[in-house]
Amino acid sequence: MTNNQKPYSNTRATLAIAKASFRSILRSPSAVVFSLVFPLIFIVVFANIGGSGVTVDVGVAKTCDTTTIIYKVLKKNQMLNLIKDQSTDEMNKNLSKGSIDAILDIKKHGNGWVIYPPLSALPKSAPMNQPAYTINVQYTKASSKGAILKSALNNILYQMNAMMKEQPQLAEVKETTIQGREYRYIDFILPGMLGFSLLSSGVFGTAFVFLSLRLTLVIKRFFATPVKRYSIVLGEALARIVFALLGALFIIAIGHYAFNFTLIHGFTTVVNMLILSAIGLIIFMGFGFIISGVAKNESSVPPFSNIITLPQFLLSGTFFSTAAFPNWLQHISRVLPLTHLNEAMRKVAFEGASLGDVSHQLLILSAWFVGIYVVAVKTFKWE
Amino acid sequence: MVNKPIITVKNLVKKYGDFTAVNDISFEVYEGEIFGLLGPNGAGKTTTLEIIETLREKTSGEISVDGFSIDKGADDIKKRIGVQLQAAGYYPNLNLSELIVLFSGLYGINKTPMEMLEKVALTEKAKAKYKDLSGGQKQRFSIATTLINDPRIIFLDEPTTGLDPQARRNLWDLIREIRANGTTVVITTHYMDEAEVLCDRVAFIDAGRIIGIDTPDNFIDKLVAGGFERPKQVKLANLEDVFINLTGKEWREE
Repeated sequence: MTNNQKPYSNTRATLAIAKASFRSILRSPSAVVFSLVFPLIFIVVFANIGGSGVTVDVGVAKTCDTTTIIYKVLKKNQMLNLIKDQSTDEMNKNLSKGSIDAILDIKKHGNGWVIYPPLSALPKSAPMNQPAYTINVQYTKASSKGAILKSALNNILYQMNAMMKEQPQLAEVKETTIQGREYRYIDFILPGMLGFSLLSSGVFGTAFVFLSLRLTLVIKRFFATPVKRYSIVLGEALARIVFALLGALFIIAIGHYAFNFTLIHGFTTVVNMLILSAIGLIIFMGFGFIISGVAKNESSVPPFSNIITLPQFLLSGTFFSTAAFPNWLQHISRVLPLTHLNEAMRKVAFEGASLGDVSHQLLILSAWFVGIYVVAVKTFKWE
Repeated sequence: MVNKPIITVKNLVKKYGDFTAVNDISFEVYEGEIFGLLGPNGAGKTTTLEIIETLREKTSGEISVDGFSIDKGADDIKKRIGVQLQAAGYYPNLNLSELIVLFSGLYGINKTPMEMLEKVALTEKAKAKYKDLSGGQKQRFSIATTLINDPRIIFLDEPTTGLDPQARRNLWDLIREIRANGTTVVITTHYMDEAEVLCDRVAFIDAGRIIGIDTPDNFIDKLVAGGFERPKQVKLANLEDVFINLTGKEWREE
């Protein structure tokens, strides 16, 4: 009568739940919309709008004389963000990928106040006098914002020239443009969008599923079978991860083939991005577990979920770089897990970093993992 | 038939804070019988049932199910029983076949969906969602999920509540069939006519205590012997008989 010849398999039970959950997710419109449609709409819209950065990031070379008047004037220009805390190597690397727009190097020659017309296009006269300053500017093909610096420089020198009429040349500008990989807005927006879609599907999806399974007594009915609790959680998580990774793959593929999203090491980069996606999703699911425990009914899930997702949506560098934020806001964004996931994703995708290269971000994410799951274990309710 | 106990409950107590939901209950269920737990809402029927089903912790007392103690053998008990919960839902977005596949995995038993659905005459609904079934079909499907592990005992908590007279009779036939295959049935109900025709023995529970256990016949005989008379002359049929007579006995699929 009883059928107990075979030992009970927890793996089989876990996979049975994973399969059921995966089928259920595929048939639920909200999951598909959140994970695929939303990110795609955002990517299409923003990829076409393009970046509208108002600041120009200018690296200041170590050899640059910062006591010169030209430097001081440039420093007052609000459109220019002068970066001094990067090493020469870093600066060159950043220039080649366009995360800084130019490198500036001003040199002073003696004290001769000799002024030349500012534009390098003008013929060099006065061979007997060396110009007082040499301004070396390196631009990059990876960014078009160098032009802003160019016009700013010309503007400043023109005004100075006007002030000191009698002297022929204050400074000469030497310009070179280096070859760099073009950093398109899609390279910025896609990892951000991917991160955000993981965040929302992790938080909303998990919270809704576990709350509704609890409220409709599905979990209680499960408990009347020999299934273990961990099988239920693991099975659900497995289904969500597989679904999210398929979604990520889809988004990356569309981004790559339709919008030239950069994947430096091709397949390896994709695999690394998927590993990061899984890590991110597991952390975000922790928020979902907490919400499912705290929420009394299904209508209180969206407010709780929005408290978690919206600030990260805005502050984690999903659409625009956090570098544009005031300092105090940057401190907040440095704390959020999505910021670090986005950063790691971009490094992996555009710079070709390995997972070892983003260990700093992974470390912060693991701290979040521990913190969230400590709370989740305490707040999660089975019935 | 020798009455061999398959469930033994001794001095069961369940307290929620100051409230005593189950107050020192003891009873036995015999192998192969249909045992009814009767009583008003809030009497402690469901709580008692759920403690026996290993879904709820007891405060004190001893329970053994098919030879296993509830304290040490919860997993063994789960493998030997089938549980139908009052108002339980099923995994969303799945059809009946897929739900049977899920439960087969949870029990670790190989059963085909059709084999299980056939037992409750739902093969035509294999691709339907649980929420689209009629009340009677839902209950029959629930019973199908309790039969996947070929249980020794099944527990049915108010399976006929809200069903029309035909669906109710149809479910009685199904329950009798399950018992005929050797499965012990423990059932709760608010319908005394149902308990009277279906149950071999019934226990009345009120305010967390058992106030009587016997066969339905003995209870009625004792009451009549005590001089009880219905205020109204008993007719040879009641209104439900009229309903069945007028609308036919066959159960209708909606």
